Amino acid sequence: MTAATLPHRSPAPSVAFGAEALHAVLAASPAPGWVSDLRRSACERLTGLGLPDRRDENWMRTDLRLFKPAAWGPTRSPGTGAVVDEGLLAEAIVSGELVDTADGSGHRVAGRLAGRFASLDGHVMREELDASLAAQGVVFGSAERVLAERADVLKAHWFSLIDSSTDWFAALHAAFHAASVVLYVPPRVRIADPLHVVAGLTDGGVDTSHVLVVLGEGAEATVLTETAGGGAAGSTGGFHCGGTEIVVGENAFLRMVNLQNWNTGVWHVARQRAVVRANGRLQWTLGALGSRLSQVAQDVALVGRGADAQVNGVMFTEGRQQLVFNTSQHHEAAACRSDLLYKGALQDRSRLVWRGMIKVDKAAQKTDGYQRNDNLMLSKTARADSIPGLEIEADDVRCTHGATSGRVDGQQVFYAQARGLTADEAARLVVAGFFQQVFDRITIAPVREALARAIGRRIRRIS
Amino acid sequence: MERLVIRGLHVAVEGQEILKGVDLEIGRGEVHALMGPNGSGKSTLGYAIMGHPAYEVTSGTIELVAADGTRRDVLAMEPDERARAGIFLAFQRPMAIPGVRLADFLRHSVTNVRNPDRKEGEELMPMREFRAELKAKMAELSMDPDFARRYVNDGFSGGEMKRAEILQLAMLRPGFAILDETDSGLDADAVRLASESIAKIGGAEMGILIITHHEQLLEHNVPLRTHVMLGGRIVESGGPELAAELHKKGYERIRVAYPDAAAAERAMEDAAGLAGRAVPAGAGA
Ligand SMILES: Nc1ncnc2c1ncn2[C@@H]1O[C@H](COP(=O)(O)OP(=O)(O)OP(=O)(O)O)[C@@H](O)[C@H]1O
Ligand SMILES: [Mg+2]
Repeated sequence: MTAATLPHRSPAPSVAFGAEALHAVLAASPAPGWVSDLRRSACERLTGLGLPDRRDENWMRTDLRLFKPAAWGPTRSPGTGAVVDEGLLAEAIVSGELVDTADGSGHRVAGRLAGRFASLDGHVMREELDASLAAQGVVFGSAERVLAERADVLKAHWFSLIDSSTDWFAALHAAFHAASVVLYVPPRVRIADPLHVVAGLTDGGVDTSHVLVVLGEGAEATVLTETAGGGAAGSTGGFHCGGTEIVVGENAFLRMVNLQNWNTGVWHVARQRAVVRANGRLQWTLGALGSRLSQVAQDVALVGRGADAQVNGVMFTEGRQQLVFNTSQHHEAAACRSDLLYKGALQDRSRLVWRGMIKVDKAAQKTDGYQRNDNLMLSKTARADSIPGLEIEADDVRCTHGATSGRVDGQQVFYAQARGLTADEAARLVVAGFFQQVFDRITIAPVREALARAIGRRIRRIS
Repeated sequence: MERLVIRGLHVAVEGQEILKGVDLEIGRGEVHALMGPNGSGKSTLGYAIMGHPAYEVTSGTIELVAADGTRRDVLAMEPDERARAGIFLAFQRPMAIPGVRLADFLRHSVTNVRNPDRKEGEELMPMREFRAELKAKMAELSMDPDFARRYVNDGFSGGEMKRAEILQLAMLRPGFAILDETDSGLDADAVRLASESIAKIGGAEMGILIITHHEQLLEHNVPLRTHVMLGGRIVESGGPELAAELHKKGYERIRVAYPDAAAAERAMEDAAGLAGRAVPAGAGA
């Protein structure tokens, strides 16, 4: 890892997000007119909106009082600092481990990435795609570039899934997305090696990146996205306002990983939505360790018969971090399966909120839906809220949900101590054991290991 | 030979005195049996020796006394320091640690106990070496090697838990082992196997305190002394014949012979009854 502790400072924005700022963005953008039109209409909405209000159900547990919208705007150039190498997977990438066999057996072959994309403060720093994949029609790289080249396959999907009118952040994102990345995998093309996307921030930086992933019928891919950097708590921090759209085609298989590891001064707002078509499979893993405040919407829609989505969440919060997740599993078609497991451990005075919804349409008979959130409290002052929800219109379904919240059991710690482990080691082991159930579902060993390592490093003596 | 020496031990749980002056001395290589009716305080003694935070030692001493007379104060040690000093407790009710594989747990444990000065974060015992040793030990105990891949005591049957405790005993080879009802939950064949295994693991280097309600475990581990606990005190000690007598005839003679202890037993039962027998999971009888 090249970048050490604190990233360098980002230049302050000359103008806040708004009509004037958009003018400058459009003037510099090489993107086609239809892309700019989408930005313009989103910007119009933005100027008419205020910050989301706590009366809005999705925002009622999110404390935005200290967020100052006028302090943030587009920056002309990135700050200095090699934040891009600070991601959780950096170690694995450097050591070349970042590949396991596609079947997830845990057996590793020497690592290689099919493609990589890195940005800093909303500016593209690097983009690469394996030449043999490009020859097979795979499209991967900066949205500004590839939307122009491949509008034929991308136009229908770009901002088709996430709604830019829901709130101020959604509108801002749709108007000002930058350093965005697109992956398109043509039908029946299977990419064995993962693609890696990292968005970095310097202190005070802004990231508004958008991620679009489209898998054609029978295609396969593994996409690892991560965020890193930004200022620590008490500094200028940083601001991420992002969006992710995922289309898993019929019989396609996508393993999608989002690792959020911002420093603790960063405001993180993300809207992520996937649709899975008939017999398509999505394994979607979220790791959230960083940020000052996070508001994440993670929605999966199962739109074709036999679609399958597995959603994994691994959260660790500390200090005064506040992470809020609103998840939705929407069964629109029959005989689909969705299985969500979020596990969180909380330290210090941090707070974790999960609000989940399984929605089953009338047509979605034979639905198999599951959602569960388990939280482990490592301090008496942490707080977790789990709010599962079901909305079922079909009659022949199996939908279950569950939530638990517990503390590290002193009896377990004593048992481990009696066998020679220190109290800290024992606590770490118990916490690792708590996460094992979700790690067992994550078939990408380096992701599992990076998360386990990062969590292990953060756990302090349990109070 | 090193000795574990307990003098005048008083232990309270939630302010309620359970042990009321226990004296016990075990040398390495010796086997002692501890018997006594339910609730008399046997497990409490085990927990106190191991340093369970809920069991408060209000007076008395526990020391490790080396052959040259050097004394180590066990009560000043954290539970993990006691383990590294060579003390082992096989739990009457071992705790489950879901998500943690027995093999990983034991590798940590063995590493720490064998290198008492290891700093946290330092290398664990090499995986290959550990695996080979574990496999050999499991074979000796007629255990399926896949068993070590299961999560520590999670969903184990009563018998499986006790066998896992014996496996840990075999891997850790402590100086002093307290086996708290390691025979309960085992079927007849398993008890015989346990009895033989413990005898083999023990030998001249290990002092063993066998807490039991039965005789079988003592078959291959003939106690030098048998102690009887009643009302939080060891009221009588004798040879192996005492174990046989108690097993056959029960504790009536003891209660009659030691009316004060019998009165303490009744008082403890009343207190436990009043408290609604609020025994935390994994502790107590
Ligand atoms: N953690 C605890 N909390 C409350 N009371 C306890 C606790 N541990 C032990 N006790 C009480 O102390 C007394 C002695 O219990 P202990 O478990 O030591 O008995 P024992 O001799 O091991 O009995 P058994 O043969 O049934 O295992 C009992 O009255 C019990 O209820
Ligand atoms: Mg007992």
